Amino acid sequence: MGEAESALATIGAIVVVLAVVYAPLGGWMARVYTAEKDWWVERAIYRLVGVDPDGEQHWKRYILSTLVLGMVGIVALWLLILVQGRLPWDAGRTGMDWHTALNTAVSFVTNTNWQSYAGETGAGYLVDMTGLAVWNFLSAAMGMAVAAAFIRGLSRSGTDRLGNFWVDLVRSVVRILLPISVVAAVVLVAGGVIQNLTDPVTVHTLTGGSQVIQGGPVASQEAIKLLGTNGGGFFNANSAHPFENPQPWTLFVEMLLLLCIPFSFPRTYALMVGDRRQERPVVGVMAVLYLLTSGLAVWAEIVASHGPTGAMEGKEQRFGVAASMLFGDATTSTSTGAVVASHDSMSALGGGVMLFNMHLGEVSPGGVGSGLYSILVLAVMAVFLAGLMVGRTPEMLGKTIGRREITWASLYVLVMPALVLVGTAVALWVPEARSALQASGPHGLSEMLYAYTSAANNNGSAFAGLASDQPFLNLTLAVAMAVGRFAPIALVLALAGDLAAQQPRPVTEGTMPTHTAVFGVLLFAVTLIVAALTFFPALALGPLAEGLR
Amino acid sequence: MTAHQPVRAGILITAWHSLPQALRKLDPRAQVRSPVMFVVWVGSALCTVLAVAHPTVFAWGVTAWLWATIVFANLAEAIAEGRGKAQADTLRRAKRDTLARRLTDEGEETVPAASLAVGDRVVVEAGQVIPGDGDVIEGIASVDESAITGESAPVIRESGGDRCAVTGGTTVLSDRIVVRITTKPGETFIDRMIALVEGAARQKTPNEIALSILLTVLTIIFLLAVATLQPLAAYSGRAQSLIVLTALLVCLIPTTISALLSAIGIAGMDRLVQRNVLAMSGRAVEAAGDVSTLLLDKTGTITLGNRRATDFFPTEGVARADLVAAAYHASLADETPEGRSIVELAGTVLGDPLTRSAALGDVTSSGAEVIAFSAQTRMSGIDLPDGTQIRKGAGGAVASWVRDWGGITSPQAQALADGVAGEGGTPLSVAIRRPGEAPRELGVVQLKDVVKPGMRTRFDELRRMGIRTVMITGDNPLTARSIADEAGVDDFLAEATPEDKLALIRREQAGGRLVAMTGDGTNDAPALAQADVGVAMNTGTSAAKEAGNMVDLDSDPTKLIDIVAIGKQLLITRGALTTFSIANDVAKYFAIIPAMFAGIFPGLDRLNIMRLHSPQSAMLSAVIFNALIIVTLIPLALRGVRYRPMNASSMLSRNLLVYGLGGLVAPFIGIKLIDLAVALIPGLVS
Repeated sequence: MGEAESALATIGAIVVVLAVVYAPLGGWMARVYTAEKDWWVERAIYRLVGVDPDGEQHWKRYILSTLVLGMVGIVALWLLILVQGRLPWDAGRTGMDWHTALNTAVSFVTNTNWQSYAGETGAGYLVDMTGLAVWNFLSAAMGMAVAAAFIRGLSRSGTDRLGNFWVDLVRSVVRILLPISVVAAVVLVAGGVIQNLTDPVTVHTLTGGSQVIQGGPVASQEAIKLLGTNGGGFFNANSAHPFENPQPWTLFVEMLLLLCIPFSFPRTYALMVGDRRQERPVVGVMAVLYLLTSGLAVWAEIVASHGPTGAMEGKEQRFGVAASMLFGDATTSTSTGAVVASHDSMSALGGGVMLFNMHLGEVSPGGVGSGLYSILVLAVMAVFLAGLMVGRTPEMLGKTIGRREITWASLYVLVMPALVLVGTAVALWVPEARSALQASGPHGLSEMLYAYTSAANNNGSAFAGLASDQPFLNLTLAVAMAVGRFAPIALVLALAGDLAAQQPRPVTEGTMPTHTAVFGVLLFAVTLIVAALTFFPALALGPLAEGLR
Repeated sequence: MTAHQPVRAGILITAWHSLPQALRKLDPRAQVRSPVMFVVWVGSALCTVLAVAHPTVFAWGVTAWLWATIVFANLAEAIAEGRGKAQADTLRRAKRDTLARRLTDEGEETVPAASLAVGDRVVVEAGQVIPGDGDVIEGIASVDESAITGESAPVIRESGGDRCAVTGGTTVLSDRIVVRITTKPGETFIDRMIALVEGAARQKTPNEIALSILLTVLTIIFLLAVATLQPLAAYSGRAQSLIVLTALLVCLIPTTISALLSAIGIAGMDRLVQRNVLAMSGRAVEAAGDVSTLLLDKTGTITLGNRRATDFFPTEGVARADLVAAAYHASLADETPEGRSIVELAGTVLGDPLTRSAALGDVTSSGAEVIAFSAQTRMSGIDLPDGTQIRKGAGGAVASWVRDWGGITSPQAQALADGVAGEGGTPLSVAIRRPGEAPRELGVVQLKDVVKPGMRTRFDELRRMGIRTVMITGDNPLTARSIADEAGVDDFLAEATPEDKLALIRREQAGGRLVAMTGDGTNDAPALAQADVGVAMNTGTSAAKEAGNMVDLDSDPTKLIDIVAIGKQLLITRGALTTFSIANDVAKYFAIIPAMFAGIFPGLDRLNIMRLHSPQSAMLSAVIFNALIIVTLIPLALRGVRYRPMNASSMLSRNLLVYGLGGLVAPFIGIKLIDLAVALIPGLVS
């Protein structure tokens, strides 16, 4: 089977499985966020942490809760990484510098999982299990909780309450992420992913050399790394490492894991707002963008394979070109950041597609929870632009998009580009950062652009040519990750608060429908144009300058 | 020319007259109001300095066209304001200093109109101008209100009732009235009209504010994109000149819609003024577009207002033609609209070509005596020379006439009358007494409220636009239902009291609907104030006019439907031009980015899909297009985009195609054409 055929078969299989999973998973998540009863294990957690599960929160309080959890998380994780050498199960790791540790802490708390360190040296088993893995769960759950709160903003009326963050958080972990992760971890172990607490073993090879064979609790972390669209690898090689991703079918399982929750969220949204038709344009735009960029990525790479090794540079022999590109596209389309191949070694245009996926704001289908609220904010923008064109004050699900709403939404759209563009520009200007670039010319620009794009979007994948483990990059990227995570969360919750306070207007023939194909086309166009207008100059000087001949 | 006929001066002439005003607005203080245009202003000033320092054809070309962009934006606003100015001038002439004859305890004193206070009583006699807004408290007079309404036929104003309001600046044509002043000088209707049509009182509407915020944030995004481009360009070895960066910035920020935004708002108000409707705020115009429930008074709005004969029902044994002929004759002397309509209908049925007056002449000359309708008898009729008497009138009156002459009333006639009443009509009985016979009833004439022609189609249109119509009437529910069904309204409120109306509006609003209504009476005032769009009739009381947020000078309640359309058109125009403006940016990138960087990365020339002549011509062409598109769209901004009633879904598809796709494609063609011309400029490529 040629690369193109294998790509088509893989994509086809993914679409089929997602179509099967979509309804039950989406429906289950809707039940989780609307259920009245708490499970006993949840009640135990609430008692332990001291949370009143019945106390609904005002949007400002909801924001505060996310910030408190984030701040506490960053500080605690940072300290844990710094002191790991004095604790058990450090697996003989050397640990990290203070700024690397801070970068890592911010990275895992913000669901970015950018790694300035190498897994083999930076993080011991204790940090892995009680720090990084825990935050893989919590950061993903935070995104899902915010998505649930935003949906409530649309579905509720005449209230200033958006739900309870702690309840949404705990339920996301207990009822959604944990069960699937457990099953997935077992499946991955069956596929050959390791799960042990063995210290690294040095073996002597037949040729007389020696090799360090790593151990570790990999499968348990691998499952949530993908399911929670985190992406931080146990090993430096991430999903290209045979212990993380032994064979083609585990690669397929991993892709399904990272796509299933984001792609099912539109169903959750539609069920929670009580109008099943609303899911169509949302999931439609997500799917079309995902399929288009997948096709483009594979096409770019196959066309680029004119060298003696084809386009195999930086790719695993086990997976080949098509699967590597599909995985890359899936991880950059979601907020996963796991890699199965070196993105830096991709063709200019292939790497450009990875960049552009993130420039879209990660909505195809985006991170767990964050993908949904990102695309719904774009839908608010689309409703505002086009709503005027039907001769009424724009409204979404009966809620007016007025002065306050458009302020929150347009500021939301502003945050990510501002971080990416300012970050890249400043870093290219600062000699210390520029010296971290491996490449020069357009490809060097792409490396830097990729780093800030990945950080601001909380993706976490990298053009690995950038030697980012240095104070300037570690700290500025940490800022980009933190602001790129929490500013949009605050803005989207403020928007939700304003929407929830409104009384909905009745839907009439004069209301612009947000469930039709035409609206889907509009949403697609707005998503593309917003990204294209913002990033065209930067992309022109990076991937396009390099790729167009 | 009266105040509200559209100003037909060619737009070019208006533009020429507005040019000085447009140039005056180059003052940066005038630009601060629009952040987008202020950015253009700063950019233009910067380029001017740079062009002076390093003069090149390119630098001066860009600089000149950047300034032109601002002038064009100012021009749009100035033209829109200019159209209102002509109307304001006419109004001002009506407001020339008048003297008032104020009544005091001692008698009468003459004071300037400007010194009147609320509560003062003034006398106005034939030929005099009414000095201020007020209510007639004594007398009746015909008043020429053409200064305001443009309508030359005089109107009657009298004390008491719903026609007591008079407007300052209008002229009494006959008789003498005493007016109690209700408005302070300077805040009168005419003053407010002047402020409105001049745009002086214009405040940004909620949608306009929301849109401005979006445009401002877009501008910030593009500022960032362009500002950060320089370090990226420097890294790539091709730092750009400030002029080029400014040109790129101005092309990207949404100048088109920002330039036209206030002109669109002013023109929207102006369109209302041209239809003789005064909106007290732009907010009301916008709300009109959002209205989802229309409350329409039955009489005068949905029906012609007078009951008309629609059918004849003879009793058993009576030929229909006999009944028709009898009704015809009995109504000849009936001057009421109902009576006239019977003659008209009977004439058609009988095929009688005679006009009513001719027929009347015929019968009277033959010696017949007509009995005119009177409120006492509630009958009209005719006594023919042979002694035959025919009477027509309300059922009870005719029945007692029959009994008085020794006749027996027929239960069947009663049944027919009940049948007519049951269908929402009004029955009139017709009876005849031949000489020597007892009188007997021939049958009934059916009178009905006649629905204006074309109303059903209009209501269907409204339904397609998602607007519910509710008919308000004082009729009983039976009659109301029958007319509601005939007219095709969605709902009706029968036996409506002012309280019912107010309650209905509150109920609709509680469900999130915006309500529009018309009213003229003082008892309409609470409902007018509660409605989101309350259109007071100019003939109405001052209380009604005070309570509503619009006044219809023609006092035509049907116009509510036009008002909704104008409100929608205003929003559509804004949305369409915003979409167009943003879609334009794609082409500008394809012109400018290759021009900036193809020198160092030849591959980028593949993005130069328009095959523009040179980097300089490409950038200049984009800037010129950006400026010219504003001028091109001024007529559209003033006229408003074409609006046809259709549902939101089809309207969205249509407008997306025209302004979205059109906005994407048009600049590719425009920039290419401009580039062909610009390429001829000598010395551009240095």
